Amino acid sequence: MSDRSPNDGEKALGGLVSIDGALALIAVLLVVQMWLLTAALELHLAGHYETAVPAAIVSAVLFLAGLALFLFVDALDAEVRRG
Amino acid sequence: MRLFRRPSATPLWRDEFAIDQAEERYVNRRQFAKFLVLISLGMLVGNVWIAIRSVFRREPVFEPHPIAGAAQTPVGGVKLFSYPGEHDPCILVRTAADTFVAYSQKCTHLSCAVLYVPEARRLECPCHEGYFAVEDGSVLQGPPPRPLPRIVLERRGAELVATGVEILPRRGGHVASGSYPGASTERRS
Repeated sequence: MSDRSPNDGEKALGGLVSIDGALALIAVLLVVQMWLLTAALELHLAGHYETAVPAAIVSAVLFLAGLALFLFVDALDAEVRRG
Repeated sequence: MRLFRRPSATPLWRDEFAIDQAEERYVNRRQFAKFLVLISLGMLVGNVWIAIRSVFRREPVFEPHPIAGAAQTPVGGVKLFSYPGEHDPCILVRTAADTFVAYSQKCTHLSCAVLYVPEARRLECPCHEGYFAVEDGSVLQGPPPRPLPRIVLERRGAELVATGVEILPRRGGHVASGSYPGASTERRS
């Protein structure tokens, strides 16, 4: 059995809510990135080559935002675990 | 190693599967977040690949390829040929006595073979009912996202020669039909 105090439970619940929020944001960013990839591919196949580089830059920004959120989730998780 | 369990109020399964439910949810969510970020990395790699292909693209060089028997095609008739490669099916349509047009036969939706319907004067994809205008290959209806790539035609002596492939813009853009002696070359904007 774990030797947790009642406050630990509340803290864990707060951590869960934050993690859920971060996960939702990551999912939204991912959906935007998926749309961006399909649009960039479509335009590339249609011969519009000028849009590919801006699309890649925006995709990189979205990835970095998702990565930052993941690191936030990871750090929050570790903090809640430490108590 | 403990051989016998000491008497306890805790059920046996609790001892053997000592996993805190809250901790399990944390781990699952963290792994899920990691999974999402890895997918995001995959999307980024795809976008970067497209960007590299766009920046370092080479203009394709098309070899002239005579279309055998084009002159014998009746008005409203079609002739199938391959261009620029052996596995690139194309369709030549004689829309008038002195006018030919040719397009890639692969539908831009899912690469089904398009067919010419003279009564409707359009190219139709039977798979998902995508229709293309025979004049310029533009999409008339259905799921195809782009016009059909147009094969550039030239009249050289007695034969009709395919000399290139043009990808037309999604909307608008110029249209030039492959010409035959006396044929008018249309240009639209």
